[in-house]
Amino acid sequence: MDLKRRLFLKATLAGSTIAVAAVAGLLKPQQLLAAWPESAFTSKSVADALTAIGGKADHSASASVTITGPDGGIAQNGAIVPITISSSMENVSRIFLVVDGNSFPLTASYELPAGTLPFITARIKMGKTSNVIAICEAGGQLFSASTEVKVVAGGC
Amino acid sequence: MSSIRIVAKVKSDGVCEFKALMKHPMETGLRKDPASGEIVPAHFIREVVCKHGDKVILNANFGITMSKDPVISFHFKGAKAGDKVALSWVDNKGESESEEGEVK
Repeated sequence: MDLKRRLFLKATLAGSTIAVAAVAGLLKPQQLLAAWPESAFTSKSVADALTAIGGKADHSASASVTITGPDGGIAQNGAIVPITISSSMENVSRIFLVVDGNSFPLTASYELPAGTLPFITARIKMGKTSNVIAICEAGGQLFSASTEVKVVAGGC
Repeated sequence: MSSIRIVAKVKSDGVCEFKALMKHPMETGLRKDPASGEIVPAHFIREVVCKHGDKVILNANFGITMSKDPVISFHFKGAKAGDKVALSWVDNKGESESEEGEVK
């Protein structure tokens, strides 16, 4: 059996699985792509990114938001920095993860429908030592917490 | 085998913990290939949607600074063992993948 035919069959089958998923309404690529807030993710300052995505640049530090970085606040490898964000507030609708020292500070934004709790973990890239900021949107206000992560080897 | 792994488990307090790993290069578009010296084009997941049955339980947008093979984990209410959960992503090239899992 020649290899090309096998590969072709494999590719065709994989393609059809995606097509079925699309019909089932699981995937709506066009709708999804339109929603990605490009201006926020390409902003070079924290304030610009927040204005683009959160509607305002100012956020107030709050004890009801918690952010945890790697053990001891030290990331040996900047390419994989574990971050955990949580909040004691019940009405958090969105969470923004921002790295102050990265060229493009906005790293991720999460929309939490009712029933989803304000608890998120992620692994991010960091170019150098900087503050990592978690910003929770609740009732139209932005509440934040930040933690400094020391990066031994940059990973951008 | 899918490039997405989902683990969803109801904890003792009734809250479901959803964890997923997406296999993806997450190229920033800023990195040079050490061998050729050429810039490696950007290729990264931009949008992720997680569902519990038909209900969206998390919408996430990623920038270029999420790690290679990104992970997502969060907690949601109202799930019981045997329920279906799903995750789908779309990247900047318009490629997409999705996977279903079962709550344990």
